Amino acid sequence: MKNFILTAEGVNKTFDGFKAISDLNFYMDEGELRTVIGPNGAGKTTFLDLITGRSKPDAGTIQFGRESTELTKLNEYQIYRLGIGRKFQTPTVYVDHTVFENILLSMEGSRGVFSALFARVTPAQRERIHDILKTVGLGEKIDAKAGSLAHGQKQWLEIGMLLAQNAKLLLVDEPAAGMTDEETAKTGELLLSLAGRHSIIVIEHDMVFVRQIAKKVTVLHQGTILCEGSVDEVQNNERVIEVYLGRKHHHN
Amino acid sequence: MKRKTELLAVAIVAILVIVILPLLNASGIVSNFTINLYGKYLSYAVLAISVDLLWGYTGLLSLGQCLFFTLGGYMMGMYLMRMIGNLGQYHMAIPDFLVFLGWNTLPTFWKPFASFPFALMMVVLLPGLLALVFGFLAFRSRIRGVYFSILTQALTYGACLLFFRNNLLMGGNNGFTDFKLLLQQDLRLPATQRMLYISTGILLLLTYCFCRWLTKTKFGKVQRAIRDSENRVLFSGYAAANFKLFVFVASAIIAALGGALYTPQVGIINPSEMATDKSLEAVVWVAVGGRGTLVGPIVGAIFVNTLKSWATRAYPDYWLIILGGMFLLVVLFLPKGIVGLISDCGGWIAEKFKTTPVVPDLKQTPDADSLPNPQPAIRNP
Repeated sequence: MKNFILTAEGVNKTFDGFKAISDLNFYMDEGELRTVIGPNGAGKTTFLDLITGRSKPDAGTIQFGRESTELTKLNEYQIYRLGIGRKFQTPTVYVDHTVFENILLSMEGSRGVFSALFARVTPAQRERIHDILKTVGLGEKIDAKAGSLAHGQKQWLEIGMLLAQNAKLLLVDEPAAGMTDEETAKTGELLLSLAGRHSIIVIEHDMVFVRQIAKKVTVLHQGTILCEGSVDEVQNNERVIEVYLGRKHHHN
Repeated sequence: MKRKTELLAVAIVAILVIVILPLLNASGIVSNFTINLYGKYLSYAVLAISVDLLWGYTGLLSLGQCLFFTLGGYMMGMYLMRMIGNLGQYHMAIPDFLVFLGWNTLPTFWKPFASFPFALMMVVLLPGLLALVFGFLAFRSRIRGVYFSILTQALTYGACLLFFRNNLLMGGNNGFTDFKLLLQQDLRLPATQRMLYISTGILLLLTYCFCRWLTKTKFGKVQRAIRDSENRVLFSGYAAANFKLFVFVASAIIAALGGALYTPQVGIINPSEMATDKSLEAVVWVAVGGRGTLVGPIVGAIFVNTLKSWATRAYPDYWLIILGGMFLLVVLFLPKGIVGLISDCGGWIAEKFKTTPVVPDLKQTPDADSLPNPQPAIRNP
């Protein structure tokens, strides 16, 4: 029997009459790297919001992991504690903290109020933070305030924060936005190296980047899955071409 | 190194305030009036730190912090009222206002307040519990930003109206006054007032040290993270509401302790101290002094209140305009307050000196590289 890390069935979400997600069914294998694409307003970010507890679906179930834990009944930090990490579309870091502290606050470990009062940074943690910062190329910026970083560097920092968390399922919303081509390629390599050990959902617009990382692509359109398959299959799918290129044609 | 300088500065100021000034007062150089006035300011400084712990460090702008300050004052006031004994105007064993309301015996809830330890416990417990319940409900419902501010303001306003009522049996609009004794010491004696001043100084020092420690821990980091990006904190697995609740309760207790020492020094506590404008004033102290620092609220509280003492005598009609103007000025031009201005000036002066061309005396300047126009020929003879 196959183990799904994430199962979403019959998910619906409406905002003020606008159907952001409609009857969505989504299955993802453990260790899979899945890329989700789709035009603006297709419901990609809303889908992540529903997984991470930022908003609740009107109907449907979203289950996680081998225990099939129902996510729709939990709040953000409970879902996080199951092992689901998220990188936001706009880089969300603690601007007044140093790069080191940003990673430190994201490290896996206790999240209690009282343990935070007496927590000490262990040498092992320090070493791991250095390793992570080396991986994301921010080793030199360790003592810089996160607010002073360039946009692309903030993206990297947030990816580093995800690494520190050591989540089972990583949800990565437009990681390449604001990065140079070289940085984008590096991000792709990093995500590829993480796949297998972690399950990853990447939302992306940049088709070059999608080509680099994608194994299986899900195309969302009007809150529901339009098609799924390899990059070539998806790009040759008539309905996808209609949604993407057809509309583009009209605008031109 | 920087930590050592700070420690030294705090120690010097603490000795000056807690030891030297009272000694000068005992030998008659500093007047009793001054000591009493500064005792009041120091208790205001404790209140200001509690406001900053919420606003500057956690991003929770409480517009009702004076509620906890005043409740602490009331709890101490109940003890002081009991200590009047039968020395009141009516020469009865119960407080005068109760006699006036037609009571012959003491209401039950007044009885334990003859014990100083009990009163002290209530100073911590009552405001702490109120903050716990209110904070639990507010943070669980994710009330944030301006809604939180409005709610805290409504809370203190509601409490103020409640305390104005005579049948609460807490002295109505007159509150408590005419205190006589504290721990068998006559409150009108300069020596007693001096001890109260010293106690307030020590409380302020302890508050400073506690907040200093708290903000340096991982807890403090989470606290500031909540201020800057609460969503990220939630999506990093922290139950932000619990952290906010802890800070809210801690700062309520700090404010209450300040209030408990305020009452015997000022000699009166009444519901007007809970009025919304008082809490707003405390926010102005913090803004003027410099929020997000621990020195800022202390400087702000003392500076604004010194100014108030002078202005309400010199220009009584204009005080509120001065206060409002000062707030606008700080918001528009000094977002980091007085403390920020001083440190910016320090940085500016340092910068100025750095770029001032000096004739490099290379033998005595080990840091010659940073000087303009270094002359390598001389450096390598």
